[in-house]
Amino acid sequence: MLRETLRLAIQAIFRNAFRSFLTVLGIVIGVGAVIAMITVGQGSARQVTEDVEKLGSNVLMVLPGKDAMQGGPGGSVDPPFSLRDARLVAEELPFVEIAAPVAFSRGRVVFGNENWLTDIVGTDNGYITAAKWEVARGRLFEEGDLRGGKPVCVIGETVRDRLFGPSDPIGETLRIKSLSCQVVGLLASKGASTFGADQDDFVIMPIRTFHRRIAGNTDVSMIYISAADAMPLARAREDVTLLMREIRRIGPGEEDDFTVADMEQFATMLSGITNVLTGLLSAVAAVSLLVGGIGIMNIMLVSVTERTREIGIRLAIGATGRQVLAQFLVEAIVLSLIGGILGILFGLGMGLAGARWLNVPFAPEARIVLIAFGFSALVGVVFGYFPARRAARMDPIEALRHD
Amino acid sequence: MADPLIRLRGISRVYGNGDIAVHALDRVDLDIAEGEFVAIMGPSGSGKSTALNVIGCLDSPTSGTYHFDGVEVANLTRDQRALLRRHYLGFVFQGYNLLARTSALHNVELPLIYKGLPSEARHAAARAALAKVGLADRAHHDPGALSGGQQQRVAIARALVGNPRVVLADEPTGNLDTKMSAEIMELLARLNRDEGLTIIMVTHEDDMARFARRLIWMVDGRIDRDGPTPRAA
Ligand SMILES: Nc1ncnc2c1ncn2[C@@H]1O[C@H](COP(=O)(O)OP(=O)(O)OP(=O)(O)O)[C@@H](O)[C@H]1O
Ligand SMILES: [Mg+2]
Repeated sequence: MLRETLRLAIQAIFRNAFRSFLTVLGIVIGVGAVIAMITVGQGSARQVTEDVEKLGSNVLMVLPGKDAMQGGPGGSVDPPFSLRDARLVAEELPFVEIAAPVAFSRGRVVFGNENWLTDIVGTDNGYITAAKWEVARGRLFEEGDLRGGKPVCVIGETVRDRLFGPSDPIGETLRIKSLSCQVVGLLASKGASTFGADQDDFVIMPIRTFHRRIAGNTDVSMIYISAADAMPLARAREDVTLLMREIRRIGPGEEDDFTVADMEQFATMLSGITNVLTGLLSAVAAVSLLVGGIGIMNIMLVSVTERTREIGIRLAIGATGRQVLAQFLVEAIVLSLIGGILGILFGLGMGLAGARWLNVPFAPEARIVLIAFGFSALVGVVFGYFPARRAARMDPIEALRHD
Repeated sequence: MADPLIRLRGISRVYGNGDIAVHALDRVDLDIAEGEFVAIMGPSGSGKSTALNVIGCLDSPTSGTYHFDGVEVANLTRDQRALLRRHYLGFVFQGYNLLARTSALHNVELPLIYKGLPSEARHAAARAALAKVGLADRAHHDPGALSGGQQQRVAIARALVGNPRVVLADEPTGNLDTKMSAEIMELLARLNRDEGLTIIMVTHEDDMARFARRLIWMVDGRIDRDGPTPRAA
């Protein structure tokens, strides 16, 4: 009987294939949006986790400004750090293996006829090591380069590709603003990060060179710390915070004017954004499912009216009200499940495209797909019940007289 | 004598109430035994269809008692009446009432689906029923591709397929020309004669009523005359 009911439902749906398709569009869009969003969200979360692992879980970044993580870099009115601050962190805290001062700028780099806008970074070898870059060719900075602020630099793969093409960059001289700078090393590519940011697009030079020739001041915009593996990160943060308060002479009861961030925090922040987006989309999806459900109810009411005579025939030859109810309810459920399945496929497709575009792993979740499937069935039941009940309660004589 | 298959006592069916009440059936007493072929005639509005619907358990009387094979139908629920129709009754309507865009075979199978028969058994029974009405070669035609007479024969096959005890036909030849009508009536008469099928038929035409063996004449919701069909001269 159930097989017959199913067959009947599918027949009825495909008899008006185009109308059925339009009817389920709301559900397709609702389910599709959720699936796509969650797939991409999960993919980004996974990418962030991988990135964090790549960077090492024992890394802390000290940035000026209370809420540096929220405001983004560059928005701070609080004073920057100095080279001395970085040195103190390294010297005072025994668990700190590396405390590298880092300063940034954007600038155009020129070689021959080629030029390229990139990140100019002033720092020392510690930063390169702590951030897990590998030297592909050439070398890192020597003591003399660092102490004397020599015009030498290490470049990323993207910059090499843009400026040098197939030829060897080592020993060549770049021009950055007024500075002529010799390339001594090339770092191995790290590839794109979460959300597609290019991690190989930079020129690194000794921080003294940067201060003198690029920035014209001695500001340090970040202290990049690598702590000993044995040190719990939370305690490391605490100690770094206390020391920085001392260095920056922040009185008791006063708020920090800097932030000590770790990659986990960064990951939490990103997943926070993802959660907000997922929530928003879920709301859209809920509305869409509601609209889709009303569409199904409408079309089922039309269908019941159109098929009044059929219902009369079925009742006359001995169908019970319950059987007629089942027929139309199953039809509504099948209809909305078709919408759900199309939505799942559409959502996974969008999720795949989105993941490709954002350069994150494609992470479809069986659980979400099952939930979406369940929800579409539920929509069918809820919105199909009323029309089906109307069919089941028809008076056979009147139904047969209907034309 | 054993109880008749169908026994109506004081059956009334009133539509509306107060001054505008219409007594479609007015205290009808009627017995029909197994194996009879009854024609119901009478002027338009005299309650013929209402009587057939009450007997067919599609409609419930306002008052009176109706026993089908000894069972009081008034005490049955809506679903129980559906089961009674499913197992014991077959219907033939003036307008055929076949499912459109559905093959003759599947139309005939329909009652058996509700009986819960497996598909091979349904196919076999539906084919046999179609053969009985002379349409074995039309099994896969849709109603739209069949003549009126053929459609009515499909409807008769559908009424027969579940081996009912009574077939109820409301003006089965009302939409057919004389030749086709005669074919249908011969078919019904043969089923009654050869298989002992009980048939109750409403008709407006004397020529069709003559195929029956008993004639009930209704006027204003009452049975005016009841007796053997006058045989054609
Ligand atoms: N649903 C209804 N509501 C109100 N009155 C009805 C309804 N159905 C039938 N009637 C009335 O009941 C009476 C008997 O109707 P019925 O259909 O049984 O007549 P009939 O003998 O079959 O007539 P016809 O030969 O025209 O088919 C008529 O007066 C009709 O108007
Ligand atoms: Mg009538």
